Amino acid sequence: MNRRPFEVLGERLIELVITICGISAIVFVFSIFYFVFREGAAFFFHGFKPGEFLASVEWYPTSQSHVRYGALALIAGTFSVTVLAMAIAVPFGLGAAIFVSEFCPRRMKETLKILIEMLAAIPSVVWGFIGLTIMNSLIIRVFDAPIGLTVLNGGLILAMMSVPIIVSIGEDALKAVPDTYREAAMALGATRWQVTYRVLLPAARNGLLAAVLLGVGRAVGETMAVLMATGHAVRIPASLLDPVRTLTATIAAELGEAAVHSDHYQVLFIIGILLFVITFVINLLADLIVKGIRKSS
Amino acid sequence: MFSETAITRRKQWTERVACLVLGAMALLMVVPLVLILAHLVYKAWPVLSWDFLIRVPANGMRGGGIWSPLLGTIYLVLLSLAVAAPVGILAAIYLNEYARDNWFTRLIHLAVVNLAGVPSIVHALFGLGAFVIFAGIGRSILAASLTLAIMTLPVIIASTKEALSAVPPAFREACWNVGATRWQTIRHVVLPNSISGILTGVILQVSRAAGETAPVMFTGAVFYKAIAENDLFAYGLLDQCMALSMHLFTISTQVPDVPDALPYGTAVVLVGVVLVVNATAIALRAFLRSRKRW
Repeated sequence: MNRRPFEVLGERLIELVITICGISAIVFVFSIFYFVFREGAAFFFHGFKPGEFLASVEWYPTSQSHVRYGALALIAGTFSVTVLAMAIAVPFGLGAAIFVSEFCPRRMKETLKILIEMLAAIPSVVWGFIGLTIMNSLIIRVFDAPIGLTVLNGGLILAMMSVPIIVSIGEDALKAVPDTYREAAMALGATRWQVTYRVLLPAARNGLLAAVLLGVGRAVGETMAVLMATGHAVRIPASLLDPVRTLTATIAAELGEAAVHSDHYQVLFIIGILLFVITFVINLLADLIVKGIRKSS
Repeated sequence: MFSETAITRRKQWTERVACLVLGAMALLMVVPLVLILAHLVYKAWPVLSWDFLIRVPANGMRGGGIWSPLLGTIYLVLLSLAVAAPVGILAAIYLNEYARDNWFTRLIHLAVVNLAGVPSIVHALFGLGAFVIFAGIGRSILAASLTLAIMTLPVIIASTKEALSAVPPAFREACWNVGATRWQTIRHVVLPNSISGILTGVILQVSRAAGETAPVMFTGAVFYKAIAENDLFAYGLLDQCMALSMHLFTISTQVPDVPDALPYGTAVVLVGVVLVVNATAIALRAFLRSRKRW
């Protein structure tokens, strides 16, 4: 028990550093909110019209006489692209998750999981580039459209980007269902599909929902891919072949040109706060749902 | 033994269809990946050479190579790693080894999950507001790296935590029983037994940081910056730099009349870097799993 004092002190010091790093995540989340809000605060409290921001489609930030900051078209842009992406990615992602977890042989499973990881690793700017080149010309050719940078393009790209998340989280959720469930159903003579449909899907419902939510979070927050793949029309899309612009793309496209601390610049930070809040709520929900399962099982 | 009934036949038929459809869905996810990568390489073929990597962009970015953005990306990745790795690993040690199971720990977990979900463009706004403007660093490699570090922190925390929790509790208990303190146990038992798993997470951080565009776009990366070839120390800490991801964005959308192969070449190099780094991490993980002794 006769440890030298500087050893005790050293240990205390290291534990202090570890604790500080441990709480750093909380500090960072708060400081992200604080600093993003700080940049937009002056305008938010003086001159910002929430009604116009949320309900008007007039986005004329650089107009000389008719400045309007209506983000409805941008919100609609984000919404349309996300909904399309999810309409494609959710069935495919969940289907692939079920296949990987329940149907495919072990060897193939390892290979597929590695490929999914690779798919998840491709940088968003490369996806944007694929949208800009390959998908663009594909859409022009297939639909005989004047331009291929559309809701469809962005939705397809986002679908491919969010599928890996849905697959990996969905597979985790299926894996978390106890094997005894499967064995009990098999013993009654159920086929694998019957086990999946009647037993696993209800049992893993929450986890699968969380997977979908995280996919939505990814799609809403994605920036470079939609910036490059959806064209630049600030309007509510009427069809899949209309170009749109999303909230994220607007920030990326206009922040460079807005003068620091101008109203326009501050509105872009307010959009940032809106995005932060949206993804925060989505992630919180997903986390609560997952925690809910763990507690009940 | 038993003859097939109609129900059995229908059952087996559904089973086969389900397997086929689900398999097709999984395949449909993989096939585009392979096709797209093949297409990228095919289009980039004319420019892919050693020279492409070590020459600076020339002729208003319509020619030459990608040395300046490549070097910039290396700087950004290494610097962000130098910040994110220690903080992330220590945070994971706190969460796994020290934290008790109470509301505060739950709050930290929640913060990590949410930090991972914050959109990259919001990180960019944060980096601009906090580092560039508030801290007065200005648009620089330092500000961009710090932004990237915070963005990739959750990756390191999550994977390190996983590696730490894979070390059986019995190892720690044995160590405590011979009189070791908590930190001594971590230092001499837990870390040596999980170091390779931790490395995997660090490698994955590199791949994520290398591909990000939005967070560096407004905090330190520029469209163009002239630097000397063959100079590994061409950028200073407070300089702005080019970045591979940003360069791809620039030459594919902002600069007119760029020869087709150039952006494709840049995309292939970027994807190549990321996939090679990822493959290393995956191989490392597989190797470790195979020689695990417990």
